[in-house]
Amino acid sequence: MRVSNYTRQLFSNSESVMREDRDYSDIPGTYVFDPDHSRTGYHLNMFCMSLNMPQNRDRFREDEAAYLEQFPMTPEQCQAVLERDWVGMLRLGGNIYYTFKIAIFDGLTMQDVGGRMSGVSREEFQQMMIEGGRPPEGNRYKSEWEDNG
Amino acid sequence: MAKIIAGIGTSHVPAIGAAVDNGKTREPYWQPLFDKFEPARHWIEEVKPDVCIIVYNDHAHAFDLSSIAAFSIGTCENFKSSDEGYGPRPIPDVEGDPRLAWHLVESLVMDDFDITIVNDMTVDHGLTVPLSIMYDQPDAWPCQVIPLAVNVVQYPQPKGTRCHALGKAIRKAVESYDRNIKVAIFGTGGLSHQLQGERAGVINEEFDEQFLDDLAANPDKVAQISHAEWLRETGSEGIEAVMWLIMRGALDDEVEEVYRFTHCPASNTNYGMTILQNNS
Repeated sequence: MRVSNYTRQLFSNSESVMREDRDYSDIPGTYVFDPDHSRTGYHLNMFCMSLNMPQNRDRFREDEAAYLEQFPMTPEQCQAVLERDWVGMLRLGGNIYYTFKIAIFDGLTMQDVGGRMSGVSREEFQQMMIEGGRPPEGNRYKSEWEDNG
Repeated sequence: MAKIIAGIGTSHVPAIGAAVDNGKTREPYWQPLFDKFEPARHWIEEVKPDVCIIVYNDHAHAFDLSSIAAFSIGTCENFKSSDEGYGPRPIPDVEGDPRLAWHLVESLVMDDFDITIVNDMTVDHGLTVPLSIMYDQPDAWPCQVIPLAVNVVQYPQPKGTRCHALGKAIRKAVESYDRNIKVAIFGTGGLSHQLQGERAGVINEEFDEQFLDDLAANPDKVAQISHAEWLRETGSEGIEAVMWLIMRGALDDEVEEVYRFTHCPASNTNYGMTILQNNS
């Protein structure tokens, strides 16, 4: 199942900390949590970590923007969280095990978030998984996604 | 002296734990998978390991990015279940074995493995879901557990060759322990899955089957798989399966594959299980 052109265009202008020169750099739709990523996303991910505690979840629920102020995140990272820009968070250094805590907070499942990141509904994503998942064929290299326009 | 009797490879998908905790295992989505657990449950009931070393990764619960350790051994008397956003799992506390845990630490350090020692930690689904898979819902877990947490979140993760060698050192450590106990070792995580990005949902059943074949018969080949190959072929989160090499390294060169299956999907993952016994 291909990612829609709409989704690719939507995110093509977001800044990303992905390196271009590594042997994993050409894997499409994938944000490897390497040192650059980790450095850039440290405070974003540690904000997510804080949601492990129920009292923090309560405070975040009361006023999200105010809660974020205690973490030295960039304005872009704050915006991505407030807008629930799931791929944007990854591009800005987020790690999925951390950012998924926001999804849990929202009452979302992995299929909800998987769908939102790949431009389809939860039901379509769930159905894709039931049918055997997204195949590796055509999804190994960025050039394969570019070829298919 | 203590002895490693078997290795168990299993995925640790959190939704499997949620299905157990919320009484959903007989639903049409879950029943086929839970039926496949039955032979494994009968096997472990017969074999009765005294201690299970469970190799797994924490998912930002006990550990976070403030300090990232490659290999950590939990030495606690008891381990509580982590709160993963829904409150802790409603399961018995996990009983540790501090004496054996510290013996492993000493032996491993003297064998050139610089292990991080954790005296206070919770255990998340990476460890507790495999317990639920093998033991269902007992009042108390029938074995003691030594958590061996591995960093698979921060690239670069430990190499396959290093994981395999650690397994061999663990075997040596167990065999020099002065109590006659039966030890099983779990390798958990995987199989192919990608939770993140536009490529979320990737599954590679062909690679996973080859991985299971080679893990049993030719683990040196699995140990050579590069980071990029794991990430490309099995998904950004599929690299967890490198931890199964720690389990495999602790077993004989020749093992018997007692039970094995895959099942897709379990949430976003190709679920895999293998039970490998030493023939000696």
